[in-house]
Amino acid sequence: MTTFIATIEHVVKGPVWGCQDCGQCVLHSTGMTCPMNCPKTLRNGPCGGVRENGHCEVKPEMKCVWLKAYDRTQDWPLPSSWKDEYNHLRPPVDNRLKGTSSWKNFFTKRDRWTPAGWKNTTDESVAQGVDH
Amino acid sequence: MSTLEQKLMNTTETVFTAEFHSLDGNGLEKAKKYADRFRGWFDGVNATDNTAAHAHVSNVASAIAIKQLGLEPILQIVCRDKNRLAQQADIMGASMFGVENFVALTGDDVTAGDEPEARRVFDTDGPQLVRLMGTLKRGEYMSGRKIDPAPHMFIGAVENPGAPPFEYRVQRVAKKYAAGAKFLQLQICYHQDRLEKFCAGVRDAGLAGKIAIIPTVVLVKGARPLNFMHNSVPGIDVPADQIARVEMAADPAEEAYLQTLEFAQHALAQPGVRGLHLTDFRNDETLERLMTDLGRVRQTAANSSTTNEVKDDHAYSA
Ligand code: SF4
Repeated sequence: MTTFIATIEHVVKGPVWGCQDCGQCVLHSTGMTCPMNCPKTLRNGPCGGVRENGHCEVKPEMKCVWLKAYDRTQDWPLPSSWKDEYNHLRPPVDNRLKGTSSWKNFFTKRDRWTPAGWKNTTDESVAQGVDH
Repeated sequence: MSTLEQKLMNTTETVFTAEFHSLDGNGLEKAKKYADRFRGWFDGVNATDNTAAHAHVSNVASAIAIKQLGLEPILQIVCRDKNRLAQQADIMGASMFGVENFVALTGDDVTAGDEPEARRVFDTDGPQLVRLMGTLKRGEYMSGRKIDPAPHMFIGAVENPGAPPFEYRVQRVAKKYAAGAKFLQLQICYHQDRLEKFCAGVRDAGLAGKIAIIPTVVLVKGARPLNFMHNSVPGIDVPADQIARVEMAADPAEEAYLQTLEFAQHALAQPGVRGLHLTDFRNDETLERLMTDLGRVRQTAANSSTTNEVKDDHAYSA
């Protein structure tokens, strides 16, 4: 069943969002742009190498994934809670979830697990609404 | 508390930091030479981490050498080459030798270097690495396992005010500040208007005075390195008139110097800017000239109260 869900998810999200099956989907908080298509798989915004024309440092023919995400967050009619989440600090990927269904992980809350050291927050992070 | 932290957090003095040269063969001897050049001018010196994705003497080894040579190291850590376990190990290792300043950056891609076939890691990204440093500073590994006593750490990050999306760069600063960064070394930016907007944005976000902004200037000898940066370093755009200005000058080396001085003065006048970071590609007397023109007095054992323990044979004697 689990594999079945993962397959369905891949069939749906693969062609539309370029899903890389990381198993912990953040599409809603990144303007429906999959950050795993960034060659550096950055989950917290663009690197310093974005070219003058907005294209990617690593793949000059491709628009920087994070510029796309930024534009869509501004322009698309997404729920405001999703837009707010754009600026949250997303934790490092849990590499054990690679290839599993993020839909299932969402419903079981497995995708919200973070290591104990990540959970603690600074005063500033509470004020800024950092994910934990 | 590191002297860099003490100066940035407890005074309003302008700080100067510099990029230490990458070390290869004969590393220690060269480190001594560079350290002698830098000694007394800078409040912190960056031990770089495989700059531009080229392998060199490791950042940790360089930082320890810098420390032993009596300068204050800032350990740069990029996300390209090592996963989160190795990053934590490097920080703890450097900390064991008294390194206290750390700066987290995402890093260029492997394809920028001379071994583009290597595997890129990016197990963490820049903001996550800042947070990871904050975790260690609190006395825990990422797993929650305790570290007692916790390492002394002064945490910084890097941002590029000159690369799109410009408005969003300020939000990245907020994110890094929230994650625990107290200072921010900026990438070199040849568009003064972009730097102005960036600094004003940081101020308007309520972060001026909370995160110390340290823009970068680069000492170059002529138009060639400007052209190189413009054409070959993604994220750095040098306006044509700035290149032409040096290229067409009767004395390009002098013009390049004046240009750097002008950018330095402009950067120091921006809100929230607490200092300047210097990359020296010239290796000549303009290092002293720039510092002097910016009103900096070289610290010697005699005029400084905060000098580290310096071994006699390395001490700068003026
Ligand atoms: S330019 Fe954008 S897509 Fe390319 S590596 Fe950097 S953040 Fe990722």
